[in-house]
Amino acid sequence: MHAETARYASEALHYVVWVPGLPLLASVITLLFGRRYIRDKAHWLPCLAVFGSFLLSLKVLWAVIHGTWANFDLFTWMAASGIKVGVGFQIDPLSAMMLAMVTSLSFLIHVYSIGYMADDPGYYRFFSYISLFTFSMLMLVSANNFLQLYFGWEAVGLCSYLLIGFWYEKKSAADAAKKAFIVNRFGDFGFALGVFLVFVFFGSLYYQDVFARVHEIAHARLNLLGHSVAVPTLIALLLFCGALGKSAQFPLHVWLPDAMEGPTPVSALIHAATMVTAGVFMVARCHSIFELSPVAMAVVAAAGTITCFMAATIAPTQFDIKRVIAYSTLSQLGYMFMACGVGAFAAGMFHLFTHAYFKALLFLGAGSVIHIMHHAPDPNDMRYMGGLKRYMPITYWTFLIASLSISGIPGFAGFFSKDEILASAFFSAYPWGRWVWFVGTFVAFLTAFYSFRVVFMAFHGEFRGREVLHGKEPHESPWVMTIPLMLIAIGAVFSGWVGIPEVLGGSNHFARFMAPVLGHPEVHVPEGMALSEKTLEFLLMSISVLAGLLGIGLAWLVYIKKPSLQTLLPRRVPHFYRYLYRKWYWDEIYYYLIVRPTLWVAETFVGLIVDTFVIEGTVNGLPATVRVVGSGLRRFQSGVVQYYALFIAFGALALFILLHYYF
Amino acid sequence: MVDLRLADFPLLSLIIWLPVAGAALLFVIPRSQEALIKIVALLVALADFAVSLPLWFHFDRHFSGFQFVEKHTWIKALGAHYFLGVDGISVLFILLSALITVLCILISWESITDKVKEFYIALLLTSAAMIGVFCALDLLLFYVFWEAMLIPMYLIIGIWGGPRRLYATIKFVLYTLLGSVLMLIGIIVIYLKIGTFEVPTLMRMGLPYGLQVLLFLAFFAAFAVKVPMWPVHTWLPDAHTEAPTAGSVILAGILIKMGAYGFLRFSLSFFPKATLALAVPMLVLSIIAIIYGALACLAQTDLKRLIAYSSVSHMGFVTLGIFSLTANGVEGAILQMINHGVVTGALFMCVGIVYDRTHSREISYYGGLATVMPIYAAFFMVFTMASIGLPGTNGFIGEFLILLGTFQAKKWATVFAATGVILGACYMLWLYQRVFCQKVNPNIAGLPEMKLRELVSLLPMLILVLWIGIYPKSFLSFMHPSVNGLLQHVQAAGPVTSITQLIKEGLHAILFA
Repeated sequence: MHAETARYASEALHYVVWVPGLPLLASVITLLFGRRYIRDKAHWLPCLAVFGSFLLSLKVLWAVIHGTWANFDLFTWMAASGIKVGVGFQIDPLSAMMLAMVTSLSFLIHVYSIGYMADDPGYYRFFSYISLFTFSMLMLVSANNFLQLYFGWEAVGLCSYLLIGFWYEKKSAADAAKKAFIVNRFGDFGFALGVFLVFVFFGSLYYQDVFARVHEIAHARLNLLGHSVAVPTLIALLLFCGALGKSAQFPLHVWLPDAMEGPTPVSALIHAATMVTAGVFMVARCHSIFELSPVAMAVVAAAGTITCFMAATIAPTQFDIKRVIAYSTLSQLGYMFMACGVGAFAAGMFHLFTHAYFKALLFLGAGSVIHIMHHAPDPNDMRYMGGLKRYMPITYWTFLIASLSISGIPGFAGFFSKDEILASAFFSAYPWGRWVWFVGTFVAFLTAFYSFRVVFMAFHGEFRGREVLHGKEPHESPWVMTIPLMLIAIGAVFSGWVGIPEVLGGSNHFARFMAPVLGHPEVHVPEGMALSEKTLEFLLMSISVLAGLLGIGLAWLVYIKKPSLQTLLPRRVPHFYRYLYRKWYWDEIYYYLIVRPTLWVAETFVGLIVDTFVIEGTVNGLPATVRVVGSGLRRFQSGVVQYYALFIAFGALALFILLHYYF
Repeated sequence: MVDLRLADFPLLSLIIWLPVAGAALLFVIPRSQEALIKIVALLVALADFAVSLPLWFHFDRHFSGFQFVEKHTWIKALGAHYFLGVDGISVLFILLSALITVLCILISWESITDKVKEFYIALLLTSAAMIGVFCALDLLLFYVFWEAMLIPMYLIIGIWGGPRRLYATIKFVLYTLLGSVLMLIGIIVIYLKIGTFEVPTLMRMGLPYGLQVLLFLAFFAAFAVKVPMWPVHTWLPDAHTEAPTAGSVILAGILIKMGAYGFLRFSLSFFPKATLALAVPMLVLSIIAIIYGALACLAQTDLKRLIAYSSVSHMGFVTLGIFSLTANGVEGAILQMINHGVVTGALFMCVGIVYDRTHSREISYYGGLATVMPIYAAFFMVFTMASIGLPGTNGFIGEFLILLGTFQAKKWATVFAATGVILGACYMLWLYQRVFCQKVNPNIAGLPEMKLRELVSLLPMLILVLWIGIYPKSFLSFMHPSVNGLLQHVQAAGPVTSITQLIKEGLHAILFA
């Protein structure tokens, strides 16, 4: 199951350096010269650079498919006593796939942004930031050691901060940016400790050194507050903390929906397709550590399942089109972790791959809608949309494709990957596999429902936004936006075709490609089942397709056929509805449990009581004491300084005598 | 005895005395010639930085002892020497001091309008004394520089400071003096016991355990105040807040580094047994400083006060690294001292830049500054990220090494200390949001963007932030031999009886003997 370390060549594929290198250069140049000189031409350099990276990534992918893997250091980054870590690249199927996926989407989203961000005063800043983001993400996925992974990890966090807060004049945007960064810091806190533990036990931070010797810690234990804890469990759980933050999983999921304050291309690129997948990628990269610990696997599966379910229950109650899609992202990321949690890492990565395309497409489609609604008081509110199918056909059809894909309709990308996850869960050797399958299938139904709720609310029926648009007719977005939509739509359909399962006559190229790195999960046909594995798999597939179709049907019923049903839930069970609408009250819980108490301690306890009264009081009280003693001895009126001097002198003398004569 | 390598050329003396000569030159220039005074001061500081550069290029990075050593008899009767030298622990601070002096002159160019001549004289003298502290290898000489530095600093805060400058100055001087006096006693006791002031000899002396502990505490008083460690930190927010920009930059950049430097140079090597015994209490104090400082930041409404409290938190990391007593921790601590000098110095310069325009330090006075001064906002963002410890900036390398080193020694300490990393993001990003984001506050509408002079004074700091962040090797490589030598010396003194055991035995001896 371990990566075949021998296959990594140190002398090959050095041009991969330019894959992150080009966007970095473009970003720096655009940032330095954008405001004065490049201005409205700021998109050229980043677009070309990312296109260059895309071509290079394809070349890398081609080479990897033909068996050339690489692992080399560019230069030594941190060299202190006993630790030496470089900026280096490890290119194998896992990273090559990620490079190709990130650059392809990033390029198309760069192009889309030319139209979406036109006339924004921060045009150059935007392109500089998303190029910087592309660089960071590419560094993250191509790293050959934990430290560089951490670099990319935090750097994408920074870019996310900059881009969520892109319209920093808005308080909500600035708040959301800060929230994203700080919530992620909580995860990174654990992640950093995990990295320290790795270093303490392996003496190296290079993946190869660590994963090749990972079995050495299989039975190591550590004393933690009097309890003996298995080291693999501890390392895996600490690393997973980072994944919880970056991939916005319960309980650190609260930042992602707020991150929708950023411009929509950012939501598509960062908060759906790439950055948030970093957690899944990291777990897959470190799978050999996770596999050593059933406890960690259970936690991964649980976090994924809870998030998957929770987000899918919140999404149908939201009216902000981007928020709905944001919750669907949480939910889909949950699927990926569910896959990891049952040992099907390749299935998780497959879903990561297909999800990137259909989710980017959903966001960009939403962006296209928001773009024409931007005169409305709240351009994201679906209650002002409706009937847009007529005005923006390209947006509609591409959005529909993405929705069919996420709903798991056969033939579309999402079908293949979601199905592989559900099948892997069902056949998993882990005891929680069947639970995961059950929740996953139920969520497939919810997913289809809320996805088509958006389709029907935004694109079908009558246009409800005439008043807020002051009578202006909506219209299709410019070509520079619709062409990327169409190209990504191709991905949203066909990206799944690289992993057609054997039961449908395919040969699952994707899983085979990943197998040397991620291994194959063991397949356990549950005992007492009379059916063969193939039949069972076919049956499972039918169930999930049925769930999807039911969801679509329900959405059609509620939002097209009988709109009066929409108010059923709020009317019948107002508290429950409110609970969902307020996102299970997580924001409030954190506010009252963490934010408020911390500020209280800071302001009242530290700021006032200890610093002002206790410490300052003691210090300022000192001369008072001296004065009392002094005035008792003799009438000696003068300033405070002299008393201090006197006090110091006497004290000094006493100490001197003690030190000199006692010892 | 630690290895010494004599200098062919009195480079260190030149670096120390050049600013003094410059100050003398300023003394004879008539006070009406303000422009000339400033230019001469700047040229002197630049020249001093230039002559310090050979240290960077000619320092032998594989030699663990002292280099560029100069030794002359000073007070024959006492056996005190004019004894200078640098090793991997001190060399970078000399370069940093020289650089920061240049930047301080640049940043004060227009903000100091009163008693210009005296100001630059005081600044140059401070610079000389600071560099002297880092070079001195004779305890008495060290003490002279240590105290000499206080006088011009006292004047800088007391004369050119803000409205509450007198209170701040008195507090600053009293705190420092109290600590210094205890250290002086310690120095005298050492002299009477060993009979020399020479640091390289004293570094290998073996004092009795009990005396080591008491002397450690005496030196601790001086160094802890300077760092400043919790709970003797309260002079720092006042001094920082009231000092003029250059004063704050020197305080943050160099002066408070001397405490940590003192621990490394004297406490660890003179009192290794006491160090081992007291390491855990020191770690606890460091953790308190980290968390306490960060929490205090959340409560501040004054820009400079907030950054001052962040210094308490960051210096907590430094002492944490030192008393982790691991190579990674100590190297990280030394690097973090440089980093903190660069980043916090730069942040104070940034505050000075807007203070010159608005004369307000209240955070609520600002808002939306990124719209008004975008280039300035970009600089501030980089320094904010460095302060938070984002990878790619210098702050990350220092914090990472410190936490890694501490983790190797005491895992629990790292868990507590790392919460400071979360809190750091909270207070700095909150500060950034309140000052730079949201709607433009009418108070600051139309403020002019940074001038070229201001930009030039921030640029070296920006370069250092990225240089150390991306290629720390060129800085870390100075430290390895000296740090490893020091730690071997400390570890060789162990194992020691715990401090509680020692107190019990001591009490027993006093009561029943």
